This record gives sequence, C-alpha cells and structure tokens, in this order.
Amino acid sequence: MAARVCKSYKVLVGMEIHVQLATHSKMFTGAANGFGGEPNSQVDEVVLGLPGTLPVMNKRAVEYSIKVGLALGCQIAKHTKWDRKSYYYPDLPKNYQISQYDLPLCYEGEFTIAGEDGQPKTVRIRRAHLEEDAGKLMHEAPGGYAIDHSIVDLNRAGTPLLEIVTEPDLSSPKDVATFGQELQKLVQFLGVSEAQMQMGHMRFEPNINVHITDQDGIVHKTAITEIKNLNSFSVLERATAFEIARQLREWEETGSLGKKSTYGWDEASGSTFFQRFKEDAHEYRYFPDPDLVPVEVDDAWLATLKAEIGEMPAARLKRYIEALGLPLADATLLAGDHATGQLLDGAVAAGASAKRVANLILSHGRRIANERALPLGRLNLKPGRLAELARLIDENKIAAAEPAGKVLERLMEQDAPAEQIATELGLIQSSDTGPIDAAIDALIAQNPKSLQDYRGGKQAALGALVGMIMKGGKGLNAKVVQERLREKLGQG
Amino acid sequence: MPEFDTLISARDAIRSKQVSAVELTRRALERIAQLEPRIQAFNSVADERAMGRAKAVDAGEITGALAGMPIALKDNLCTSWGTTTCSSKMLENFRAPYDATVVKKLEAAGAVIVGKTNLDEFAMGSSTENSAFKTTRNPWDTDRVPGGSSGGSAAALAAGMCVASIGSDTGGSIRQPAALCGLVGLKPTYGRVSRYGLVAFASSLDQVGPFGRTVADTALMMNVISGHDRKDSTSVPSAVPDYLADLETPLKGLRLGIVKEYDLASGIDPEVKRAVDAAVAMYKQLGATIVDVSLPTTPYGIAAYYVIAPCEASSNLARYDGVHFGHRTKEPVNDIIELFSKSRAEGFGEEVQRRIMIGTYALSSGYYDAYYVRALQLRTLIRRDFDNAFSQCDAIVCPTSPIPAFKAGEKSGDPLQMYLCDVFTVTCNIAGIAGISIPCGFTAGEKPLPIGLQLLGPNFSEEKLLRIARMYEAATEWHTRRAPLA
Repeated sequence: MAARVCKSYKVLVGMEIHVQLATHSKMFTGAANGFGGEPNSQVDEVVLGLPGTLPVMNKRAVEYSIKVGLALGCQIAKHTKWDRKSYYYPDLPKNYQISQYDLPLCYEGEFTIAGEDGQPKTVRIRRAHLEEDAGKLMHEAPGGYAIDHSIVDLNRAGTPLLEIVTEPDLSSPKDVATFGQELQKLVQFLGVSEAQMQMGHMRFEPNINVHITDQDGIVHKTAITEIKNLNSFSVLERATAFEIARQLREWEETGSLGKKSTYGWDEASGSTFFQRFKEDAHEYRYFPDPDLVPVEVDDAWLATLKAEIGEMPAARLKRYIEALGLPLADATLLAGDHATGQLLDGAVAAGASAKRVANLILSHGRRIANERALPLGRLNLKPGRLAELARLIDENKIAAAEPAGKVLERLMEQDAPAEQIATELGLIQSSDTGPIDAAIDALIAQNPKSLQDYRGGKQAALGALVGMIMKGGKGLNAKVVQERLREKLGQG
Repeated sequence: MPEFDTLISARDAIRSKQVSAVELTRRALERIAQLEPRIQAFNSVADERAMGRAKAVDAGEITGALAGMPIALKDNLCTSWGTTTCSSKMLENFRAPYDATVVKKLEAAGAVIVGKTNLDEFAMGSSTENSAFKTTRNPWDTDRVPGGSSGGSAAALAAGMCVASIGSDTGGSIRQPAALCGLVGLKPTYGRVSRYGLVAFASSLDQVGPFGRTVADTALMMNVISGHDRKDSTSVPSAVPDYLADLETPLKGLRLGIVKEYDLASGIDPEVKRAVDAAVAMYKQLGATIVDVSLPTTPYGIAAYYVIAPCEASSNLARYDGVHFGHRTKEPVNDIIELFSKSRAEGFGEEVQRRIMIGTYALSSGYYDAYYVRALQLRTLIRRDFDNAFSQCDAIVCPTSPIPAFKAGEKSGDPLQMYLCDVFTVTCNIAGIAGISIPCGFTAGEKPLPIGLQLLGPNFSEEKLLRIARMYEAATEWHTRRAPLA
C-alpha cells in the first residue's frame, strides 16, 4: 500500500481570547479589581460566594465590552442576559461562573490585520461575551514552599473577562501572533484593558486543524485541537506551529486524524501536550441567572459609547497620512496610541503645524519617554503648550534640536507658556541681522586665515566659522548666521 | 395568655411606658425557655445580645418603628452574629460575616432579634420536618407540624415567644405555616423586599416576608422591611407606601374572584372548604361582589414549580462543596471530586439531595428544553392567567392550604403528598404576585386547628391586600384566639 503523502495542506485556526477589563471594581460586586496584594485580599462576601450574597452588574464592564465590540465591527445585542455556567472546581467559589450563553453582548464582527503575505487578512469575529474570571489554585505556598495540599487565591475571582471568539480564518502561526498583537493594541487604544501579557491580562487559545490533500487529491481534515491558556505572542506562534506540525506528522505516520481534544503548552520542551478529549467535556447546565436582570442596550447608550471611542486607529492613520501629510512610519506611531494621537490632534487644533508637532513628539518626546521608561502617551504634555513650542520653532525663536527638547522636557513638569520657559532657560535665539552682521564682521577681522580657507574652496571652513560665532555671541539663530556669513564671504 | 403579645400592642405599651423593652424581651426569653422543649422553634436564641439591645432601647440609644420589639428570624437570613444554619448540617457552624438587608432594616428600626428559627433544610419542605436539627411542633397541637418551611417562625409567634417574626416564601413557606398556626403571613410581590442575605433556595421565587398576629402587625413589619436595595438587582425601585395609613378604610366596590379550577381541586378538607365558603359569605355581607374567574393553567402549577425550584436550587446549592465553607467530610478522600461528593452526601439531607438531583437532571443538555424551558413557558401562561383574572377582580380568594395541620410523620415518607400541600400557594410565587394568609376559622374537635384564608393580588397590591384582609379581620374574632399552651 502506498504511503500517505501530503501534497498540500491548508491551516485553519480560530481563536478564543480572554481579555481582563481594567474596571475599578469587579464584574458583580464593588470589591477592588486589583492585582497583587496578599492572597485573598481583593475579595468581599460576593467574591467569596458566601450564602445569601447576590451579584450586581458592573455597568462600566459592559460599556468596555461594547466598545471592543464596536471597534471590531460587531453587532451589539439590544437585549442580552446573564447565564450560569456550572462546573465544580475549587477556584470557582459558587461552582458556577456567571457568563453569557446564547445571547452574547457582541456578535458578527471582523478584524483586519496585515497578513504574513503582505495582504490584508480579515478575521471574522463570531462573538464576544462578558463573564467573571475564576480564582487561582496554587500548589505551593507563597514564597515557593512545598505544601501537601492546594490553596486557593480568589484575588482574581470576579474580574470582568471579555471572551472574544473568532471564526477559523487564520492560516499561519505568524498571522495568529499578529492577530494577537493587533488585538492587544486595540484594547489598549480603547483604554479597556492594560493588556499586559505577563500579567495574564490577555490569554489566547488557538483552535487548530489542517485540511490535508494527499497524492490522490483526497482531502483529509484533522480533528480540531485547542491549546489552552497561552499568554505570550512568541508562545502563541510557536505553539500553533508545533501543533500544525504535530497533526501533519500524526496523519503521515499513522493515518489518524485525531480526536477533538485540548492540549497544553510546555515551554521547557517547546511542545504541546495532550490534556483531554472533548467528548469528556463538561456538562455545563447553562441557564439564565435569576439573580440578575436582563441588559437592554438602547441607541442613546450606543451613541454615547461610539462618541467616547472617537476615531478608530485605522481611520486616524489614514487621516494622518492623507490630511496631515505625515509619512507612513510617523503616522503609524502616532495613530497607534490613543493618547499620543489626541496630543497631536490637540496641538494641530491649537494652530500648530502637524509635521512640526509630529517631529517634536517623535524625536524629543520619544527620547524622553525612553529615558524615563514611560509609554509615549504618558508624557503629560498639554496640546496647547506643545503648539506654542512648535510655533516658536516655526518663527525661528528657538532651535528645533536640543533647545526645543529642553523646553519640551520642562513643559512636562510646568504648565507655563513655552516662550516664557524658553526665555527662562535662555534658549530664545535672535534672528536680527544687526548683531549677527556685527559678530560676523568682528570674526572676519580676527580670523583672516579662515576667510582665506573658505575663499580657497574649503567649504568645511564655513561650519567652523558658524561655530565660532555661535560660541562668541549667545542666542543667535545659527541658520541666519550661516546665511549671512555665506552672503558676506561671497561678496568679498 | 401573655400581655402585649401583638406587635402593635407591645409597641404602644413601650411608647406609653407601661412596660420596658428589657421587660418585654425578658418575658419573650422566659417564654422561649419555658416552651421551647415542647415547641422546638429555635435553632439558636440570642438572649445576651437581645437583652443588650433592649437595654439600649430603654436608654434611648436605639429608636424606631420597632424599638424594643422581640422578633424571631428564620435561620436562613444571614446575621453578622451567631450562626446561620438553614437547618442544615452543611451550615451547622456557618457564621456569616455580614447582615442580610432585611436584618439591617429590622435592627435600624429598633427590633430586638431574640433568636433564629427552625426551618425545613434550605427552606425545602412544608412541615419543618426536613430540619437536620429538630422537628418544630404546632402550638395548637404539639403532635402536629406547624407547616413549613418557615415553621419555626410561625410556631414561635403562635406560642408567644416573640411579637412578630420573619420567614421566607418560595412556594408557600410563609402563608402555609401562617394558616396552620392561626397567624397572618404575607408573601410580598417579588422584588418588594430585598433578598440580599437570604440564603437562596430558588432565586426567582424566594421572597422574605412577615408573620403577624394581626393584619396591622403584618403591615407594620412590611413598612420596615420593604424597599429597593442596590445589592439586590431584582428588588424594585418603586416607593413603599405606608401600609398602616389606610388600613382601617374598607375597600369600596371590592370584587373578589373565586377560581373555578380551585373549586374542583380534589383533596380539600371539608372543614377547610366550609370555613373558606363562610369567609366568602362574610365578604359578601361586607359589600364585596364575588366574581368567577378562571386560571386554566392552575393544574400545571405544581409541575412547573417542581421543575423551576429544583433547577435553581441545584445551582444555588452547588457552592456547598466542603472547600470554602460549610461541612467537609472527615473521611479519607482520593481526589477533589470525592471530597465534593462525600461532603455533600454527608452535609445535605434527603429532601435537599432529591431536589438537587431533580434540578441537575432537568438542566442537563437534552432535558433542558423538555423541562426547564417548558416550565418557563408555563410560567408565562400562569402570569397571563393571573393578569386576566385581576382584570375582573381586586383579589382572588381561596384556601391557603387544602388541609389543616397534619401529624408529624404523617406525610414525611411521601414527598408527593407533601408537595400537594402547596397546591394553592405555588402559583403566586411562579407569577411573582403578592399573597396573604389570614385566620378564617378552626376545625371542630378537642384540639381545634386553625384554618387559613388566602388572598392573592396583582404585583405591588400589598396595600390593597392588607386592607381587604383587615375588612374581614375587623368583622371576625379568629385572630384573637391563642394556642392552648400553659
């Protein structure tokens, strides 16, 4: 019998993504939605699921979820409800999770990323629903001491969790990782999640199978496997690649298409490992939670949330390139971060040139942000002041290089007119030709050799002359100095 | 017969300084000490705490509509002191770290909670025999049950161990024991009283409500416990009327509905039927018009109830797994599943386990549509039936329980017989409407047993229902009789 030969194959990956929402309080109670602290310190009687307690919906969490839904082009349910998903596990205090079953808050959207092949790749979003997170089971004591039992930390329990489910529209490990990264940027842009991967704010579960075409043109479809709980983009990419290869190898070696199952990821060996078959899946016994009332989303509420989101990153990028005339690279950096984009737009609205402001943010701003290990969006600059600084440069009152950087740095601490700060720092330059000409004349009188060098064809001497004038007379505009010098030397 | 054994008389006696709060509380505690061996109404008695609060009332430190009133609380309402057991081995030692909203409201009004009363485990039952700790006795005949599940609260009040008490009603658990113990018991409209801190049995059916000796006592209790609570999303943010204000004003043009289907219901005790018919005749004398109404889905009420309630219970009681709180098995276990199942098998009584299993089964995929979804469809139909009926009458009048108090042990071996005790009460919970039971007579014989009349009204009709109840009460003397206790 002929060996199985995989002539070609098609990869199908759908994703389930859990995003923890950065609300002040938990999903169904006023307990702080915080991280860290002593185990079981971020809890109250509702989080603990004590007898008699009742959940109360966190409206902000619903709003955050609707924002994500809108940004993903989803339909937003006009009417939805809460359901109980039952399963027994010690990190789930009530032994049911409040979730959404058949009426997700958001459904039928799409999200486009730049595919590995350079083409736009549109991933359909099946649904995004809101639920509460579980606690954590720990098998060693805080500090890493071995214990002969497990302990439960419920700090995470009750955190609002948005579960986004896509259709199986991704077709390569690289695209899977890109999708994850773009989604991270999106929720950060919307300000609904800190989306710090190492903190577990986002967790990914790719569902993977391959359609194999053999030497006879017959298509074999492997069973879908789900890799649980991946929380870095690198792992997401490597785990997806490993699982694709594993399914192909299994078919080639045994002819088996496998069974629907879940896998885990072992970072040490760089491989996925079998966890359980889906036939053993839990019987979740979903039913509507009688402790909560249905959620009605009206048009006015949606309009408010749309207005709060404002312009989406893609639209903003397009506008920066087309209307503001910024280069692609700069526009991408500025549009990718909500706060930075607002700073730029604010300064432009205050009358500054877009290119000048973009340069200030991307040169000085970025340098300072790097030095201080701050996100670019957290520079604490006022758009109006930034516009003033841009205007000083445009009016030749300050040099765009180091002096402007110094003023910008000061503007982060001090809310004062840029010109006042530049004056205080002694950075205002003069473009008045009177003193400049006087300085040039004095220099020429003192340095006849340089003059001869220049006239003899050593253009480099010009730079040295400008430097000498700038050193001698403070606050002169170097550009004007250079212009006047060239003119005067040319004359002679 | 103890003095000042109604809420209003006790309140007035304190206000006029005829008696002190300390004296009133001392008498209640003495009465408990004296009768408790026979009645078995309390799971715990908070004597020291009660005396402390009574002293504070006398010192003027605590005031309010219920200042100094000895009140008993069903032991499924959480208190930040003592235990909250639900009469279950599972929660035998459970100490809640917080007060139920109703408890906060009672104490803010000055109530002196004397103790927490026995119930059918997790409020599942109609006789208080399903308690893991004790069987409460009916003060009118201690061979008989007080009804349930709020049997402890009913028996405590009927025995004069308090001047009013609090129960919870999921399918009749306030009204039926009120009927069997000769008291007034009100099941408020769903959402009228906060459920926060009421240990859930069936969340969409549970309501906290009062027992009183009189309609006015019940109205005063409603004034205190009603109202919206941010912590209970299902509580309703509408204003609470003063239920006492117009209580003495008879309702003009009162129309009372008689349900055709109830008349045909088999199993109504002839003495109950006679008493209820006489009560209807009395209302006619008082000027009421009697109209025939139809609740065609009534025969399915019990069936719908015994799907919805166990489904919700199976989920609500899932948290009792021996991990975070409550009973944990001391047997050796191999894994977490065994810890769960052994703890639950040991901690829950037979009736609770039966309902958890029914509910778990009915919610499972493949059965969900056949049972739960159909029960919810019935719920819609039952609500519609009531809406139709209430377009023709102000209230429906019927027996509360088809039978008077039965003997302990008589039905405990037959769950179906027990479930039929709820035939006239469950649809009220399914529809979410208000219902009240008032005394309307006694059986003949050596030890006469109380009979209860039920009045059902639309959502938020408590004010009207209380007035209708008061019209009858003012014309009769049943409420003045006391259980023959030494």
